[in-house]
Amino acid sequence: MELIIKELKDIVGSQYVSAEPEELFFYSRDQGTMPPVEPDAVVMPKTTKEVSKIMLLANKSKTPVIPMGGGLVLSGLSRALKGGIILDLKRMNQIISVNPHSRYAILEGGASQGMLQSYLKKNFPQLKHSMPDAPPIATLAGNICIHGSGHLSVLGGFHSDMLNGMEVVLPTGEIIRTGSCSVSKDWISKAPLPDLSGLFLGWSGTTGIVTKLAIKLFPNYRFNDLLIFVCEDADIMPDVISRLTSTQIAEDMTPWMTPKPYWAKGFLHINISYGAHTKKELIFKRNLLQSSVRFYIDKKEAGFLPLPPPQKKRFLKIPSPDLVRFADIRKGGGFEYVGAIMAIEHFAKAYHAGLEIAEKYDVSYSLGARIIGAGHAMMFFFAYAFNRADKEDIKRAQKALESTNKAALDIGGIPWKAEEPAQKQIISKMDPETFDFIKRIRMMLDPNDIMNPGNWEK
Amino acid sequence: MEHKEILHRCFRCGYCKLPGNYVDINCPAYLSFRFETYSPGGRMWLLKAWLDDEIQVSDRFARIMFSCATCGNCVEHCAFPEFRDKILLAFNAGKEAILDTGKVPPGVRDYLTRMQNYGNPYGKSQQKRANWAENLNIDAYSDQEYLFYAGDVGSYDPRGQEIAKSVAELLQKLGVSIGILKQDETSDGNDVNSMGETELFDELAQKNIKIFKEKGVKKIITLSPHSFNAFKNDYISLNENTESFFQVFHYSQILAFCKDNLKNIQGSIQQTVTVHDPCYLGRHNNDYFSIRMVLSAIPGIKIAEMDRNQKNALCCGGGGGNFFTNILSESEERSARVRVLEAVQTGSSILVTSCPLCTIMLEDAAKSENLENTIVVKELSELIMN
Repeated sequence: MELIIKELKDIVGSQYVSAEPEELFFYSRDQGTMPPVEPDAVVMPKTTKEVSKIMLLANKSKTPVIPMGGGLVLSGLSRALKGGIILDLKRMNQIISVNPHSRYAILEGGASQGMLQSYLKKNFPQLKHSMPDAPPIATLAGNICIHGSGHLSVLGGFHSDMLNGMEVVLPTGEIIRTGSCSVSKDWISKAPLPDLSGLFLGWSGTTGIVTKLAIKLFPNYRFNDLLIFVCEDADIMPDVISRLTSTQIAEDMTPWMTPKPYWAKGFLHINISYGAHTKKELIFKRNLLQSSVRFYIDKKEAGFLPLPPPQKKRFLKIPSPDLVRFADIRKGGGFEYVGAIMAIEHFAKAYHAGLEIAEKYDVSYSLGARIIGAGHAMMFFFAYAFNRADKEDIKRAQKALESTNKAALDIGGIPWKAEEPAQKQIISKMDPETFDFIKRIRMMLDPNDIMNPGNWEK
Repeated sequence: MEHKEILHRCFRCGYCKLPGNYVDINCPAYLSFRFETYSPGGRMWLLKAWLDDEIQVSDRFARIMFSCATCGNCVEHCAFPEFRDKILLAFNAGKEAILDTGKVPPGVRDYLTRMQNYGNPYGKSQQKRANWAENLNIDAYSDQEYLFYAGDVGSYDPRGQEIAKSVAELLQKLGVSIGILKQDETSDGNDVNSMGETELFDELAQKNIKIFKEKGVKKIITLSPHSFNAFKNDYISLNENTESFFQVFHYSQILAFCKDNLKNIQGSIQQTVTVHDPCYLGRHNNDYFSIRMVLSAIPGIKIAEMDRNQKNALCCGGGGGNFFTNILSESEERSARVRVLEAVQTGSSILVTSCPLCTIMLEDAAKSENLENTIVVKELSELIMN
């Protein structure tokens, strides 16, 4: 490893390579419950060329490489399960350009959500991108590669659906492009070419390193508002979601069910965000959304929560620091969640499973979902807080997460950005031919099995 | 270690790395070194690991801890209101515990040794403390309304001496009655404290408190925001009488009081200026107003704010003793250089600040970036006096 570290220093500069105990400790773990695994080194490249050189070196020496963005995945995907080099991409954080007409931005692989939001606000206030609920230091590439979702997901689907194209360094060091940018100077879409982007989306960093990408931008409204639908019956939620999405007005819809604050316990809420260019338009949209669920309101089975302006302002803040505060609910700095991609009609089953598991393992919980597209799917999350200083508490959360992964799969959902043990659970349910095909693709792209090995293996 | 009870509560969500508007990285140490370990979350997790015996103190561990510029960006933007006020206190306690192990970065060791042996970080004679005022008509403090406190940088650093002189002259021109302690002035100890050397800080503070009492000091004007911070926030807890017996002002606050007279000293200045907020005035003491009030009182001046201003200001990297230890200067991507580039983007011809440390850091950065012909770094009084 010593020789490899020396060569890494020659590539990126000695300041940006470490095999010191401090970095090895820190980069061996994330905020979730997965046990630490130490890498051999951490390296921080600045350019695509440097990434390519690193991959050539790693491929020649058969050294594992683990790409890392914001390091906020919570499910331990950027741990070096078989040792090797962690490639921290956050020095590659430039916003390269914005095309306001075709509405896309080209970014480096380590660019953060917060920086893009800030850049657009200043330079292109008429545009916005879909922010996930992750903290603002989370990277766009990381979130897209895990099929993340966010504040425009009702409008635009998964964040991977909002991807126009990528520059990727392959495990063997070649630099390729996917989408229109492979042919033209315009990074406008994945179509009409063979969709190579799919080779790098949802693979947990096992197929390549994304060094540039283009994402879709959307109109930013001058007036923004939020409605909170509330009811007590989980069985009506699929129909409610269907009615609300049929208006094609909401930008984001996030059901949530938590025992705290006290007034929320036992109720099911849906935050519905929407915007408009004028106040008149906003009122019109609000009326349409409210009318769509009038059926339940007239039956006195549901209603809209009255929201004082300061509270509404907090709900409209994107991203909201309130969400990470869940980590401190047990005064212990930890939480992890299972986010399962599933059909809307499984809402009630998922809700009840979450409640049962939380009760069984005595964990602090928060349940909720993000609606994807016009009710085409949802990411249903089961979040459990734990006290990092209490090993028993961590174990409890781990067990709850394991049970939840199983429950989600039994319901028909698929755990998103699954931990390594959950990946095995998914594989056990996966069509065997499909899994073999995945292995063959990986072998073709990564003949020496150096890309984040240990993931997506039986 | 004090405040260890908060360490495991850090979720390392990273809000602390950014300003409130997320423009770019705003933690000077993380900006310089870019490993997660150098971020506030990194320090929290590493300190916890050390206390849990999962890692040992090493030169790198110490360097990571002492690279904190104590700018307070993490405190300001941490997502956890229940413990964020204790973050810097925990870091300082961590540094104190590291000092006890003897594993201290050379720059820190040299700084503290000079402070211990000479009472100042320059290793110069106490007799030379008032050399900066040699050609000025400032008397030793007796019954003047204010004690003017120059501090270490104002007393010994050649550029700091020019700034001390300029501020003192301006105050006198405005009719502010000031005296100085001359050889009786002792280091304020702010940076000693931020390096975790609490015993030496106590000693320095007690010396100052004693002399302030002996001389009957009731009001102090400090040159440096660092001194202002120590006197205002830390000396009170050390004073036997729990109530403060003196009032402390930063000179920009006095200039703001005298703003109506500024136009008699300086006619119009037809320039666009941008403001760099010193951390120990801004985030630590919530004064973003005085310097802007002073600038607004000067005819012709137009203020163009940087994207990161006031609570979101990017630190120059000189706090936490880094002005003297140069730990952050080991990197090309240091915050002072980023800051002057940000200032240039505003289209301003002048970058103005009201801290001698910030002025020196930013002037050096402008030279390193070859921006001396593009933007001039000015200390506030020099802008007015010129």
